Amino acid sequence: MYRLIRNQTALIILAISLSFLTNFALGQAEKGASADVAKTNQIVIKDFHFTPQTLTVKAGEKITWINRDEEPHTVVSVEKQFKKSGPLDTDQEFTVTAGAPGTYTYFCSVHPKMTGTIIVEKS
Amino acid sequence: MSDYISHDHEHDGIDRRGFLQCMAWAGTGLLWTISGGVLVSKTLAQVAKAGTPLPATDLSFLQISDSHIGFSKEANKDVTETFKIALDRINAMPTPPSFLIHTGDISQLSKPEEFDTFDEVLKSCRTKDVFYVPGEHDVLDGSGKLYRERYLKSVEGKGSGWYSFNKNGVHFIGLVNVLNLQAGGLGQLGDDQLEWLEADVKGLGTSTPIVVFAHIPLWAVYPEWGWGTSDSEQALGYLKRFGSVTVLNGHIHQVLQKVEGNVMFHTAMSTAFPQPAPGTAPSPGPMTVPADKLRGMLGLTSVRYVQGKSSLAVVDSNLS
Repeated sequence: MYRLIRNQTALIILAISLSFLTNFALGQAEKGASADVAKTNQIVIKDFHFTPQTLTVKAGEKITWINRDEEPHTVVSVEKQFKKSGPLDTDQEFTVTAGAPGTYTYFCSVHPKMTGTIIVEKS
Repeated sequence: MSDYISHDHEHDGIDRRGFLQCMAWAGTGLLWTISGGVLVSKTLAQVAKAGTPLPATDLSFLQISDSHIGFSKEANKDVTETFKIALDRINAMPTPPSFLIHTGDISQLSKPEEFDTFDEVLKSCRTKDVFYVPGEHDVLDGSGKLYRERYLKSVEGKGSGWYSFNKNGVHFIGLVNVLNLQAGGLGQLGDDQLEWLEADVKGLGTSTPIVVFAHIPLWAVYPEWGWGTSDSEQALGYLKRFGSVTVLNGHIHQVLQKVEGNVMFHTAMSTAFPQPAPGTAPSPGPMTVPADKLRGMLGLTSVRYVQGKSSLAVVDSNLS
């Protein structure tokens, strides 16, 4: 997919990468881009829990989940308000950029007992 | 331990005490058979050495579960090898099982190459007939499309893949409880599947033995860890009128058994890695044990049905 993107015009690159960041990004992709954003909020997935379970962020900030379990987990918005992650294996990350202010609940679709909340405040 | 049977209400050679003794043996690698009304136990190794076939029975099949092909972490760095060992054990059985049931989590991450490896290794098994139900690791794409194409095509699974079939007068039901899971919930069958189940068993006589198999336990093993199915009670309600119901599950990688009325619930060991006993660790997940202990915690489950007997004989044996 990256190769495909590189072959497009600069405008398309910008448009696609913006939507890409909003929806999801894997490992290396957002490392390069993280310098542009003031703060990255991390949620650790460990022992079948999202920690912190409730995270408050400002609109426009990035949120990154990292899986520290030996089990694959996912991050899925309960109300389908943001694009879901793929299965995250050990040490894999998933990043979204906080959108409109509000309360967003999510869960792991593999282990639905695992739930978490993101509260987005005005920036 | 005495072989004397004091109360044999069902004339199946087992009284309550004898039954509880069997429960105590579960997981220790003993094979038990009913011969002339007397309960006989042998280790699987003894059976293999003696080379004497088990007494002829109407039906025997084998449950394998949770192969997790693709997993390579500390708890077991070679899950393909332990899966092979499990198949070797099946091939060494004096009376080969009629068929296998795989109760899910073939793969670790639903990857095509993991399914490929599983299929390739399975070719070494003498028993060719295999019936499948998916685990959550097999359907990580969210739809289970790849899994269905590979493992449920021949049984013409309905809905998300459920189906039933008959063998030797026993009615088998394969259920799917790992798809469309709801936030905060457990395993789930869903309304469509429940409706199908009700219709599926409607025409069956109450003396028909029923075997239900699904990945996540259909009883509340430990809901705190998600080890249960939210609408399983409704499903079991449709099966209440039957004299013999055997429920076989995987998912929790250890043998647990419970009897409720005419229903026997049983969970199988994994061929890949053990998980902690309910509530004994901060969370479920792969449990690393000393290398020399690992195979003792992996295994398979043999099930036998003798026509006219009300309950099925379920025997677990480990890979040590």
